[in-house]
Amino acid sequence: MLRFIVRRLLQLIPILLGLSVLLFAWLRALPGGPAQAALGERATPEDIARYNELFGLDEPIYVQYLRFLGRAVQLDFGTSARTGRAVTTEFLERMPGTVELTIFAMIFAIGVGIPLGYLAARKHGSWLDSTSVIGSLLGVAIPVFFLAYLLRLVFAVELGWLPGSGRQDVRMDATRITNFYVLDGLLTREWDAAWDAVLHLVLPAIALGTIPLAIIVRITRASVLDVVNEDYVRTANAKGLATATVRRRHIIRNALLPVSTTIGLQAGLLLSGAVLTETVFAFGGVGSAIYEAIFSRDFAVLQGFILLLAVVYVLINLLVDISYGLLDPRVRAR
Amino acid sequence: MTRRRTTRVLAASAAALTAVTLSACASSDRDSGGNEGGGESGGTLVFGAAGDPKMFDPAFASDGETFRVARQIHEGLLGNELGGTDPVPELAEDWEVSEDGLEYTFELQQDVKFHDGTDFNAEAVCFNFDRWYNFEGLAQSPSATPYYQDVFGGFASTPDTPSIYESCEATDESTAVIRLTRVTSKFPSALALPAFSIQSPTALQEYDADNLSGSEDALTYSEYATEHPVGTGPFKFESWDRGNGEVTIVRNDDYWGEKAKLDKVIFRTISDGNTRRQELQAGSIDGYDFVAPADYETLEGEGAQVLVRDPFNILYLGFNAGGVAGTTANPALQDPRVRQAIIHAIDRETIVNSLLPEGAEVATQFMPPTVDGWADDVTTYDYDVEKAKSLLAEAGATGTTLKFYYPTEVSRPYLPDPAAMFQVINQNLLDAGFTVEATALPWNPDYLNAVQAGLQSDIHLLGWTGDYNDAYNFIGTFFGPKADGLAKAEFGAFSNPEIFAALEEGDAAPDPADRTEKYQEANRLIMDYLPGVPISHSPPALVVSERVQGLEPSPLTAEVFSTVSLND
Amino acid sequence: MTAFGDVRRRRIDELAARAGAVPEGEGGVSLTRSAFRRLRRNPVAIIGAVIVLVFLLVAAFAPLLAPRDPLAQTLLSQIRPGSIPGAQEGFPLGVDNLGRDLLSRLIMGSRQSLMIGVVSTVLGVVVGMALGVLAGGLGGWVDTVVMRFVDIVLSIPSLLMAISISVLLGQNQYALMIAIAVTQVPIFARLLRGSMLAQRNSDYALAATALGVKKGRIIFGHVLPNSLSPVIVQGTLSLATAIIEAAALSFLGLGDPDLARPEWGAMLANAQAFLSIRPELAVYPALCIIVVALGFTLLGESLREALDPKFRR
Repeated sequence: MLRFIVRRLLQLIPILLGLSVLLFAWLRALPGGPAQAALGERATPEDIARYNELFGLDEPIYVQYLRFLGRAVQLDFGTSARTGRAVTTEFLERMPGTVELTIFAMIFAIGVGIPLGYLAARKHGSWLDSTSVIGSLLGVAIPVFFLAYLLRLVFAVELGWLPGSGRQDVRMDATRITNFYVLDGLLTREWDAAWDAVLHLVLPAIALGTIPLAIIVRITRASVLDVVNEDYVRTANAKGLATATVRRRHIIRNALLPVSTTIGLQAGLLLSGAVLTETVFAFGGVGSAIYEAIFSRDFAVLQGFILLLAVVYVLINLLVDISYGLLDPRVRAR
Repeated sequence: MTRRRTTRVLAASAAALTAVTLSACASSDRDSGGNEGGGESGGTLVFGAAGDPKMFDPAFASDGETFRVARQIHEGLLGNELGGTDPVPELAEDWEVSEDGLEYTFELQQDVKFHDGTDFNAEAVCFNFDRWYNFEGLAQSPSATPYYQDVFGGFASTPDTPSIYESCEATDESTAVIRLTRVTSKFPSALALPAFSIQSPTALQEYDADNLSGSEDALTYSEYATEHPVGTGPFKFESWDRGNGEVTIVRNDDYWGEKAKLDKVIFRTISDGNTRRQELQAGSIDGYDFVAPADYETLEGEGAQVLVRDPFNILYLGFNAGGVAGTTANPALQDPRVRQAIIHAIDRETIVNSLLPEGAEVATQFMPPTVDGWADDVTTYDYDVEKAKSLLAEAGATGTTLKFYYPTEVSRPYLPDPAAMFQVINQNLLDAGFTVEATALPWNPDYLNAVQAGLQSDIHLLGWTGDYNDAYNFIGTFFGPKADGLAKAEFGAFSNPEIFAALEEGDAAPDPADRTEKYQEANRLIMDYLPGVPISHSPPALVVSERVQGLEPSPLTAEVFSTVSLND
Repeated sequence: MTAFGDVRRRRIDELAARAGAVPEGEGGVSLTRSAFRRLRRNPVAIIGAVIVLVFLLVAAFAPLLAPRDPLAQTLLSQIRPGSIPGAQEGFPLGVDNLGRDLLSRLIMGSRQSLMIGVVSTVLGVVVGMALGVLAGGLGGWVDTVVMRFVDIVLSIPSLLMAISISVLLGQNQYALMIAIAVTQVPIFARLLRGSMLAQRNSDYALAATALGVKKGRIIFGHVLPNSLSPVIVQGTLSLATAIIEAAALSFLGLGDPDLARPEWGAMLANAQAFLSIRPELAVYPALCIIVVALGFTLLGESLREALDPKFRR
């Protein structure tokens, strides 16, 4: 097992290197290059030359790349043009919110998705089956920002049950330790603060979790349908095992294998794919930071965030692979 | 109350892992007893802002979200009349002007303290004036100190661009004498601008306020500006949570004037307009700015108060007359008949009725009627497609191509929906026989940079909200000659000595009646020359919930929250 | 946002392997024919196909079908900031905030929306296939280099990728298409390579090699055609993703800036300001996007089932 993990970790290196090349090239390919991006359109050629000299942009491209790489390894991605703060600081400040949101979205997607998918497969061809199939297709097709608007309209404006934006009530005077607000509330025993943070997560988590929910429903349904028709299940049934035992030991366990992969992949995606959701919920995470960076042409933030998110994404994929290896011995052998 | 998260964040992941062990030692920072400060409880107001402020040192500010907060913390020698545009005494009780109009003697309010406990006095005033005058390096760039440069000109270290500021002397504890190098109509009313707020010299020095870094287009501000702004205003700065876009200010219990009623005001950034509206409807915020005109009725129907400001702005379609070196602007615009054809082609009546909020009016000149110097006898141009066509034919320019620039992703007080405005004007121009080549750019920085450079665009949409009641603040800013003796690059650096002379004479006239007359003359000349199409003055609105009392809408969009109270 | 386009590596490979396992024919009936027969019996497939066909026809004949000029601001003078006239004679769905006929805009909008979907998907398929054929056909170091590159691109989440590309290329409709296409390329490259590898080791390919047929001929004459079915399936699904992603980019302000071309995503984004007085302006384009995406997804899913040997019972 250890060898498997080490091998997978080693395989990461070329991917991360490639990513850094790609993002380095991206910033260089912007109209006018990095100097223009930093100085603005009014910059004179002299300004640009001075900037290039100052930041070593007049050196050969591979020297520049190596320098960029050297800084990136130390998690130094420069400073944000908008706030003047280190990109890494901003990232660390924003990431906890996104992690919390992703966890809640996945709890929603898994909690609803697996039972629904399972039931749909058990009652194959029933109205429940067709509704969940159509519903899950709709879930994928509905634009997130539109869904967010509807959710807020119903649960925040009309019913008043849930808060419609932000991470915590601004009037709440909560102590901050880790920036994971729910965790902070629990650590400091400020239960009201923790509960408030949880409530703030519900609507964005539903909006964000709809696509993974839809996908999990479909995968669960399909894989349960697959498994039910496998020989070993028929055998188990034939030899008279109790239905509940068959379900537990054979169907659910085997059907969940492909589902677990999907869950991992989707969680990785959500961590970075929340640009729209976070923006419409004014939720202080990395997604809303990327949105702000696009509109203030804050290329340092865009570059740093995309690279860091890709790293997170790759690492989560690695975790998925490892856990898959744990679940399914065949994978390790490959 | 520690909210300094950045330093602690690194510990976050470790903390999460060892949550159980930590919980024993993690403790709540909360105060155990009631509301802080001891004063009567006035409650907390949460206001939805459309964007983040940049920082809180008004000397370097130029955007509305920064001013919105800075205005509550800082005060100037002069302030604005509540709900109006006229300058009134604030930190200066009274002032006198010398015969020659060059020396201003300010009598200051006494027993005023800055939020850090230091005294406000004549020396503090002079310290601030000298600070502005002695700005160096990046602080001299137009993006850092636009208001200072607009009013005072240059700096101590820029003899080529002289400053109208000469000296400031503290003759006694509460008397400051300011000398200017020439007479200007902007003084002293310009001192009501937030950019000329008097800040604590102690804090400015302690937190290195003038230390700007970064680049001209992406300035990085000092610790003073982002974490320790200290003024004399009715509210004190408390915290800025950048990750969540929340700025908290609290009541200054030692305020020299009438104290604020609220305990706390929190400005929360919610960039999406619908989210702002829904959060108000759900009761999680108490008010917000930039209300979409379409929402007025809905909100009022639900009991919210839509506070409409008097229109104190101008939306215009600027022409690039093609005077900038290296420009690719269409030379056809140098023909007055083509400019007249454009203004006749545009159906401003329909634009005002269909696209702008109720109360908007068609502009006949480049400043609103409430400003002294507005002329009721300028040349007017009616919507007349036929006339536009014949003017165009006469000029031999039928079918001429106009490169039309408009901004995206923005809502300005004078222009709620730029894309809609563009599409209507575009249709008008096509109907009159023009060809249009459209370019849409994101507002900041791309759009502003592009149209202000005057290089590519032929015509563009832009506007202006006045800073104080002064004609020069409108037409002087637009059409006054720059250092090179030509108009702004935005208007193609045209040269029109008559207009320039009228504007300069107006600015230099010490007598108000005389000044008004000069500005009226300038307006007439401008509308004969037509450097663009003045389109409209429209009333921007903000909205507050039912329980908010006492918020006075300001035409300058300079609302103060000290008069506000909440009733439940 | 991202949907089935994000059937990432393993799912892609699974699809490739399944299709790859299908032999040329089955009891004399060709794969395509048998698949088609099963499709015809599947009501889901019929619904999907009908939806897709209807929208394609509408897009093709849009200028004939649209009752009015979608750009004419006919009722502009009746618009007030707080009220937009609703459905009335001559305007069955009402007008938008500039007094333009909504029905005509939706009909003409289908062109641009479908075009973005189709062009970006085709682009993604072509480039992806080229890379896949290169990798799967040549093998060796070419395979390694291409697949590493694909892995790298796959490691950037697709919406972020699309955003980065839009920022790079500026705002125009081609940038939008390319941005979406780039996110599709790695999917098709992996898919085709996997499928080709499976085919290359199949009996008929081995037989052809034994007979001395040239490598190129085997690849283009046998292996490639037989690898196409998973590409068609994935392509159909990707069309849905592309249309949704275009709407998301429009909402983020990175869409097609030419307002003279009505497009559903832009219409939906524009309608946000009028949700409180006329939600239909958002609902209709949103419905169009949902239904079209649904149509392509249903069709793609039933194609997948039809081509999957497991479902042939």
